[in-house]
Amino acid sequence: MTEVMQTPRIKRMTAAPAWGESDAQPDGHVPPGPIHEKWQKHRFAMKLLNPANRRKYTVVVVGSGLAGGGAAAALGELGYNVKCFCYQDSPRRAHSIAAQGGINAAKNYRNDGDSVYRLFYDTVKGGDFRAREANVHRLAELSLNIIDQCVAVGVPFAREYGGLLDTRSFGGAQVARTFYARGQTGQQLLLGVYQALERQIERGAVTMYGRHEMLDLVLVDGVARGVVARDLVTGAIEPHAADAVVLCTGGYGNVYNLSTYARGANATAVWRAHKRGALFANPCFVQIHPTCIPVKGDYQSKLTLMSESVRNDGRCWVPVKPGDTRAPGAIPEAERDYYLERMYPSFGNLAPRDIASRAAKRVCDEGRGVGPGGLGVYLDLGDAIRRLGEDVIRARYGNLMEMYEDITGENPYRVPMRIFPAVHYTMGGLWVDYNLMSNVPGLFVGGEANFSDHGANRLGASALMQGLADGYFVLPATVPDYLARAGSVPLSTDHPAFRTATAEVEDRARRLLGIHGSRTVSAFHRDLGKLMWDHCGMARHDAGLREALARIPELREAFWRDVRVPGEGGELNQELEKAGRVADFLELAELIVTDALHRTESCGGHFREESQTPEGEALRDDAHFSYVAAWRHNADGPPVLLKEPLVFENVPLAVRSYK
Amino acid sequence: MNLTLKVWRQEGPQAPGRFETYAARDIEADMSFLEMLDIVNEGIILAGGDPIAFDHDCREGICGMCGLVIDGLAHGPRQCTTCQLYMRNFRDGDTITVEPWRVRAFPVVKDLVVDRGALDRIIAAGGYVSAGTGSAPDANGTLIPKPDADAAFDAAVCIGCGACAAACPNGSAMLFTAAKVSHLSHLPQGQPERYARVVRMVERMDEEGFGGCTNHGECAGVCPAKIDMGVIARLNRDLLVATLKGGG
Repeated sequence: MTEVMQTPRIKRMTAAPAWGESDAQPDGHVPPGPIHEKWQKHRFAMKLLNPANRRKYTVVVVGSGLAGGGAAAALGELGYNVKCFCYQDSPRRAHSIAAQGGINAAKNYRNDGDSVYRLFYDTVKGGDFRAREANVHRLAELSLNIIDQCVAVGVPFAREYGGLLDTRSFGGAQVARTFYARGQTGQQLLLGVYQALERQIERGAVTMYGRHEMLDLVLVDGVARGVVARDLVTGAIEPHAADAVVLCTGGYGNVYNLSTYARGANATAVWRAHKRGALFANPCFVQIHPTCIPVKGDYQSKLTLMSESVRNDGRCWVPVKPGDTRAPGAIPEAERDYYLERMYPSFGNLAPRDIASRAAKRVCDEGRGVGPGGLGVYLDLGDAIRRLGEDVIRARYGNLMEMYEDITGENPYRVPMRIFPAVHYTMGGLWVDYNLMSNVPGLFVGGEANFSDHGANRLGASALMQGLADGYFVLPATVPDYLARAGSVPLSTDHPAFRTATAEVEDRARRLLGIHGSRTVSAFHRDLGKLMWDHCGMARHDAGLREALARIPELREAFWRDVRVPGEGGELNQELEKAGRVADFLELAELIVTDALHRTESCGGHFREESQTPEGEALRDDAHFSYVAAWRHNADGPPVLLKEPLVFENVPLAVRSYK
Repeated sequence: MNLTLKVWRQEGPQAPGRFETYAARDIEADMSFLEMLDIVNEGIILAGGDPIAFDHDCREGICGMCGLVIDGLAHGPRQCTTCQLYMRNFRDGDTITVEPWRVRAFPVVKDLVVDRGALDRIIAAGGYVSAGTGSAPDANGTLIPKPDADAAFDAAVCIGCGACAAACPNGSAMLFTAAKVSHLSHLPQGQPERYARVVRMVERMDEEGFGGCTNHGECAGVCPAKIDMGVIARLNRDLLVATLKGGG
């Protein structure tokens, strides 16, 4: 970045809290030239390393999902010495596996008018003009190669009777560009990545560290040179030196406790990197997915998604009359409000996620929600079953239907499903440039962990696309370019930077174990989640955000005073793992709320009640907020805001309408 | 409802294990089995004890991380993952026995957590297509008949939980291994390595200490991904051909 260090201007708002601002602008290093030539020209300008020299370089990859696993396998294939870490017992369990619906690619196999440019356009627009154009165009270009690569490694995508690949349509698009493998697309893509990774592990090119958790990033002379990780089985805290560090550790949605994330999904790797100097971009851009199974009780540990693909055939509705408690079958057609079709006639039930979520919230706020507490809407497949037959619906969504029935005890072929929005994805993440390198040299960030491609709202079937684009193609090009320029500088883990970081990690574990308080880690996590959902959820306003900013530090203080973490550090201790993660959520939550407070416009998943059109739609403020908010950690005071301006040379800024 | 749990506790791989009894009170029918264990664990922690260690992650039935033997059945009575087993399948007053997978190739790490690294090593032995990143032809360049793609998919849905081995009287991982062999052998991309793959994967399975398959079928009876025994027949056929071809 073109960092000219300046004294942060501390901006006092009308009341506490405050944040600092810096005039330094992070440099996205976007290559010059027409948008469709940038990536190819940039690739040619990259430095290459002789195959014989590559094994002298060690790359640490944290995370083994589509981005991390893909990058680790591809870098191993190229000849680099790779160490890959995941907290699960096997790399095959990374949460990419849970993605249901599909993966976008601009193949235009349907001849329905799709193109790289249209996918690029839809993604920039879908992100409500808060993504960097050049990154998004590269994503759309690479989407073509991704599908080829997946088929080559044996991903069993859905096919037509002629043997060609099948596609379907997804939210925010009017073309059918989504490739899928029944309702388990993420699983099949991840297994393709995992198998390639296991092949490299067998060859000795990749060393896999399962049941290991990265607990700190190690910088030497301002450059990322390794990590400190805890072996979750023995409790040993170990340093690992590297020539570059790649974080592909997923999103931070579990700040909200209840979400569609895996229970173990956490922000520790990115938060530790942030505290070591990496900028955190757009943390308030959190996606709340419209179609999840509603919350049932306080004991609940997890919200389960019903793939957006179900909206292809399902119709969302609520009763016209508030307080209508009749069974859905007893409500005649004329007394049903198919609200998405009514409000957004051209996209109907396939309106983008942020818009569909807010529409559900609105009809529930009007007292027309269904199910316990009125927090639900119907997703009704009845018409599709009558039109196509139960067998067709079973073939398309069979596993989802079974899952719904297992969880709710209701048969969705007979009774309309009840759904409600839930936290699902985070568009924000560590700030990266065009090369997916953070402002810390040698620290790369891929997949959901970075902020780069989805702006303020991610379109359906784009997460898998981005994970694989970063993992298969971008990082295996940009990381070697960095290594070739940086050169091989030997480093031992005896270096003081490793000793200091290791000692700090050990000290933190000791402190957590020594509190012996009266409340469990989970109790604090539930409190934080409720606070965030209530004040920084689907709709946000100044007073609520300020209240959250006041209460989060109190909760954090209570945590460090009163949490109970049983057991010892030198053993498998799942409560200690959770405690470290929740401690980091308690810090990150404050940054999320600060970002939400500072961005007084509405855009994408970030809806500020103060900024809406007369019809209640999100109202962007391009004059003041057409930038990436990149936050710098400040140990001695409030976080400092840096702005990377967003320039739209190809997709004209426009009001995002799906009506 | 109120339940009594008899849970296997074991401090480490070499430590002797034992059953301990816990009361699970005020459990609701809509809770998942793992949410019930969460509540029991919170009680243990607040009472000053050591919570029960168990593996879990996605809690939506797809990651394959969870796996408990419940009343003698891998994943319990419903042929689904443990995380997708709901308490409405139990009755007030029931006593439930909870154990880890008991397979020689899966050493216990702690309590209900086992080491399933052997499954990864079976995949590493050959459960892949050797197609380096970036080398792929156009995805529609090779037609795949829908029945073949569907058959490949039906085998590819294995979640790698290891319930098949836990249910098998021989502690065999045959259903797991055969699922991957079958997935790739149904696809044109899997043909070049088809016979070498099956030989290497079966050899690795033996080396890891899994038992042999004698077609009991217990594996398919507990498989949460509903993998069919037919994959084992396909593996045996491919293995026979590989042997006739001279070891693949």
